[in-house]
Amino acid sequence: MKFDVAIIGGGVVGLAILRRLALGGVSAVLLEKGADILSGASKGNSALLHTGFDAPPGSLELACMRAGYAEYLEIRERLNLPLVVTGGLVVAWNDAEAAQLPAILAQAHRNGVTDAVKLDPATLYSREPHLAPGALGAVLVPGEHVIDAWSAPLAYALQALAHGASIRRGCEVLGGERRGDVWMLATSQGELRVPVVINGAGLYGDRVEGIARTPPFSIRPRKGQFVVFDKTAWPLVNAIVLPVPTERTKGVLVCRTAYGNVLAGPTAEEVDEREAPTVDQAALEALVQKARALVPALAGHGVNAVYAGLRPATESKEYRIEALADRGWITVAGIRSTGLTGSLGIASHVAALYARDFGSLRETSAPIWTPVPNLCETRERPWQAADPGEIVCHCEMVTRHEIDAALSGPLPAGDLGGLKRRTRCMMGRCQGFYCSWRVTQLASGRLADLPAEPLPA
Amino acid sequence: MSTHEVIIVGGGPAGLAAATELRRLGIRDVVVLEREQQAGGVPRHCGHPGFGWREFRRILSGPAYAERLVASAAGVPVRTGTTVTAIEPGGVVQTVTPKGRETLRAARVLLATGTRETPRSAQLVSGTRPSGVFNTGSLQQLVYLAKVKPCTRAVVVGSELVAFSSLLTLRHAGIRAVALLEESDTVLAPGPARLAASVLFGTQVITSARVLAVQGSPRVTGVEIEHPGGREIIACDGVVFSGRFVPEAAILRTSHLQVDPRSGGPVVDQYARTTDSLFFAAGNLLRPVEASWTAWTEGRAAARAIAASLRGNLPEAQHHTHLEARGAIRWISPQRLAHPAPLPVALPLNLRVTHPLRGRLRVMAGTTELWSERRRLLPERRVLLPLSAEQATSVAEAVIDVADPVAL
Repeated sequence: MKFDVAIIGGGVVGLAILRRLALGGVSAVLLEKGADILSGASKGNSALLHTGFDAPPGSLELACMRAGYAEYLEIRERLNLPLVVTGGLVVAWNDAEAAQLPAILAQAHRNGVTDAVKLDPATLYSREPHLAPGALGAVLVPGEHVIDAWSAPLAYALQALAHGASIRRGCEVLGGERRGDVWMLATSQGELRVPVVINGAGLYGDRVEGIARTPPFSIRPRKGQFVVFDKTAWPLVNAIVLPVPTERTKGVLVCRTAYGNVLAGPTAEEVDEREAPTVDQAALEALVQKARALVPALAGHGVNAVYAGLRPATESKEYRIEALADRGWITVAGIRSTGLTGSLGIASHVAALYARDFGSLRETSAPIWTPVPNLCETRERPWQAADPGEIVCHCEMVTRHEIDAALSGPLPAGDLGGLKRRTRCMMGRCQGFYCSWRVTQLASGRLADLPAEPLPA
Repeated sequence: MSTHEVIIVGGGPAGLAAATELRRLGIRDVVVLEREQQAGGVPRHCGHPGFGWREFRRILSGPAYAERLVASAAGVPVRTGTTVTAIEPGGVVQTVTPKGRETLRAARVLLATGTRETPRSAQLVSGTRPSGVFNTGSLQQLVYLAKVKPCTRAVVVGSELVAFSSLLTLRHAGIRAVALLEESDTVLAPGPARLAASVLFGTQVITSARVLAVQGSPRVTGVEIEHPGGREIIACDGVVFSGRFVPEAAILRTSHLQVDPRSGGPVVDQYARTTDSLFFAAGNLLRPVEASWTAWTEGRAAARAIAASLRGNLPEAQHHTHLEARGAIRWISPQRLAHPAPLPVALPLNLRVTHPLRGRLRVMAGTTELWSERRRLLPERRVLLPLSAEQATSVAEAVIDVADPVAL
């Protein structure tokens, strides 16, 4: 099979680019070293759809976020992707923070988020009755919303596949060499010959960049830990409750998740980890405390899950997106924490770079839409429909049909994590106490990392 | 909407014992709702002996006991694969079955949804998040129901009785149990458990041991622990977080019924009535955690209270004595005594302490002592409080605590 382009990295950015190129008639292959898509930075984030109200004015990041936001809203119904309409509230808790609200509001307006408004405490508390007392005011950004960070990139992947793209999982890029006008990529699945390579390798962006040139940046992963409160806490929080940011971090937010929980996080820690970020008891306890300080009624609700994600940060805030016209290479790196929102905009930007420097795009006139199963609690879930069949996971109400579907089709789950992200099985309050055996039985022989050794009879 | 005299939510020991007893008492229209494909509850996957002596005068394995419970309830329809999604005032029970959603209603509802262990995540344990991390319950189901060997070398965290169920399960699957870790300075299970673990299973028992981190990705490769001897890493490919049971009370949390934050179960009176007298509760939903025979006994007793209630022999409470657990008392259940109290109690007053101690267990109504006794009290042991409703007839609030406590 001959490809025009190879994209390295199966995170949300790589998959959005794959989709955009496939819709533009470019023959593209995506190479992902993990056993499934979303194995790196894209698997652990806060799942917000940002307006860009606080992005650097005039930046490429802001432009990609604005474009990505608009395209998500435009395509989401056809891909069956949810939108949990929440709004965002930047809440000031002391005089110093209150003094910053006008500047936050002005920046939002300058960034084109013209519906942002300042709220006095009375209005704030009428919107968020469970918020701790003592807030001095807030900036409301009505367009900040919550989405499903796993289903969106899955939908992009499926649409790309429907338009002829390829995805190779468990395919690690080991090196590469430019020979004339093609790249010879050495991968764990053999050699690949391709004229143009797009580096969307996220946490490994600097190492992959080393194939093309001495990397002009290094990835300095920043870890974010999160705690997920039980679904019983859902009524306690309406908007995405944000702190006034500091120079270093946007701080700890509390918000709903698409799956019906309440999320608190992230921490922001510079780490050396690029794989399997660790959670830390003291940090998690501090997050729980922080969340309960913001919303005291959370004290009556348990923690279901904890996780840590890594942001592929570089030395500076800016996205690092550029085409090396003479080398058949496009760098897409440093997509730090706005990649989920920005991905569709980044994809259009990258496609434009491709068309400028490498090849032509012929936008399809008849896109094939590939709706994904709904996991969002604000929309009808499969168990609520007629004839749902066996319910396997009772905490998250996941049906056997959903699990079977996630194990088949054009992009079946590659590992247990992939199955959980596609269905939410084992991700609820019992974390698999009740259903892991049944999931194991249903997925037997189909997932790399499941216990498969049968007991002797 | 289909209607019944009694709906029992949960087909474990408590629910099935209640079904059997209701039938014996002549209540005709009883239905048991069970979300799993097989009724029987937790004993279904406890593939070792130790069940049934008090109930059936036989020593049975968990699965045999579960089958026996199901057989005893013969004649009562047990609807498996039926998940209760909500309970509502008026005895309304919202369900979903493989065919779809259905609303049921009953004159009385018994909630008997049981208990589960606390997963690693909710314990906020540090480290990576690999596969190979289990609870006793999930391990048992993988071994006895899915019939797979999920790891080869396991560390068991916790030393409640159920940890020894983990050891038995591991041995059955040919998995080496390399260590059993307990955070406190003593093994919590009764009897010569420590000796049994090391002699029978060759398992090193380490007390005063804290798990610092789970290691490995994508699979467990070890646990880092800290104990009085220092820090060490125990190599393993499985970790079993045992014990730390919590009631499986999800449907209560979103219902109109009051939940006791201490026990994690519903607020009930001595007749197993919740704060809505159409709804009763029994078994390990009430609190963590008692042996299956206790759940079975409570199910039978709750059934008698329900039958009396259906026949007009259990009057609505005129007032209650509210019982408040303080200090070293982790929880008490029932949390209130109903007056008048014309029938024998269904649920004896049962409590747990937070740590090993000696002192005077007492019930205070203001400054008046209603009852007291010097006791030696151990955590994870059933403590019954012999206080009758009559002793507290005119008391609105009573406090249960331990006076002059001395930690052991």
